[in-house]
Amino acid sequence: MPDKKQDFIDQKLQDLNNDGVDRRGFLKCMAWAGTGLVWTMSGGIPVSRAFAKTADRSAGKGGDFSFVQISDSHIGFNKPANPDVTATLQTAINKINAMPHTPDFIIHTGDLSQLSKPSEFDTLDQALKGASAKQIYFVPGEHDMLSDNGEQYLQRYGKGTNGSGWYSFDHKGVHFVGLVNVANLKAGGMGSLGHEQLEWFEDDLKGRSASTPIVLFAHIPLWTIYPEWGWGTDDSEQALSYVKRFGSVTVLNGHIHQIMQKVEGKVSFHTAMSTAFPQPAPGKAPSAGPMKVPADQLQRVLGITDVNYLVSGRSLAVVDSPLGDSGSSASGNGGGPGGS
Amino acid sequence: MMRKNVWVAGLAVPAIIAMLLLAGSPSVAANDQPSAANAEVKIDNFSFGPATVTVPVGATVTWINRDDIPHTVVSTDGVFKSKVRDTDETFSYTFTKAGTYPYFCSVHPKMTGKVVVQ
Repeated sequence: MPDKKQDFIDQKLQDLNNDGVDRRGFLKCMAWAGTGLVWTMSGGIPVSRAFAKTADRSAGKGGDFSFVQISDSHIGFNKPANPDVTATLQTAINKINAMPHTPDFIIHTGDLSQLSKPSEFDTLDQALKGASAKQIYFVPGEHDMLSDNGEQYLQRYGKGTNGSGWYSFDHKGVHFVGLVNVANLKAGGMGSLGHEQLEWFEDDLKGRSASTPIVLFAHIPLWTIYPEWGWGTDDSEQALSYVKRFGSVTVLNGHIHQIMQKVEGKVSFHTAMSTAFPQPAPGKAPSAGPMKVPADQLQRVLGITDVNYLVSGRSLAVVDSPLGDSGSSASGNGGGPGGS
Repeated sequence: MMRKNVWVAGLAVPAIIAMLLLAGSPSVAANDQPSAANAEVKIDNFSFGPATVTVPVGATVTWINRDDIPHTVVSTDGVFKSKVRDTDETFSYTFTKAGTYPYFCSVHPKMTGKVVVQ
C-alpha cells in the first residue's frame, strides 16, 4: 500500500516482530469517549471505545480480563468538599457491582483513610466487603501512614509484602507491581521509592520476558506532573529505567484526585479520580487542597477506573468513569500533559 | 492546653494581660518567657506562614493547621516532631538553644519552614 501511514505501521510491526515486543509501542493518541477516557489498540490503530463496549470485549474469553482501580477514599474526611466520603465510596462500589462482568480484582491506590485511624480502616473494610470482586490489592497513601510509620497499614493490608508494603504478583500473564512512594519522605522533596525498594524492583523484573505486560501501581504519580505541589516521585526515573525493555507498561497512580494521562514510548501513565473529593488542576488554585464543587456536580468529578486487558494485542484499555451518570464527556484533564 | 497557648500567642499584649487576669492560666504563668516573644506559624494552603520565624531563646512557637488536610511539623534534624495535626489542631515547641531549626511537613515534604532562635 502506498499510503505512508500504512508503511509506517508495517515498518513498526516488522520492528516489533523482530524485537519481540508487542504493538503497544505506537499507541500515541488518546480520545475522550462517552462517559470516560478510553484508549486501546486494535490492529495497530488507536481506537476509542465506549465504556460498555470495551467491557463487553473483556468477557473473559481467551485470557482477556478486567480489573478496577479505585483511589483516594479518604475515609474520615468530613469537610465541605465532601461531608460523606463513605457514601461516595459506596456509590463507587455499587458502580463496580453493576458492571456487566465482575472484574477479577480491585486495586486501591492509597489514601484509604484520612488520618490512619482504626475506625476509618474499619469503615473502608466494611464497605469493600460488599464489592463483587473479592480480591483487593492495596498500596498505601501518605494518609495511611500518618501516626505509626505505617505499622497499622501493614498489619491490615500489607501482610507478606516487603519493606513499607511493596510487592508483585502475576495475573493471567500480566505482571503487577505495587510500589510505595509515601514512606520516609525528605524535606523539600516529592514522593520517594528509596534505594531498598528500587533494588527489589530491579530484581523482581529480572528474567521476565520483554513481552510480559507490566502494570505498576503506586499512590503518588510516578511521573512528574507538578513539582511545585509535590506531584511526582523523586526517584521514579530510575524505576522506569528498569521497565524500558518491556513492550507494554501501564502505570496507575492516584494522589492528585483527577485524571491525567501521558504516553511516553511504551509506557502509559494514568492517574485516577478519587472516590472522596476532587483537587484542583495543577497551579489553578493557591494549593492542592480539596476543591469544593456544587453538590450536584460532585459525582461527576469522583469516579473509578476500569482496566481491560486484551490478550490479542497484549494491550490494556483504561476507562475512567465518573460516579454520577453523565452523558457528557468526563472532565478533569486540566490541560496537563496530553496525547497527540 | 495547646489551644490556650495559641490564643495567648495570637493576641496583643493588653489582651493577654486581661486574659491572664481573667483566666489565671497556669500554663502561661508557668512560662518565664515574656509572651510577646512567642510566635505563631499558620499552616494554610499547604505552606507555613511565615516560612521563617525568629525568636529569642526560651520562646515557644505554636503551629496551627488552617487547612482541610492534615499536616505535621517535623524538624529536619530530628529535634522536634509533631503528631499529625488535623484542621485547627496545634503543635507547640519551646526552643531552649540558639540555632537555626529547619522543619517540614512529613506528609507533604514540599512544605518547609525555619525557626531561627537567637
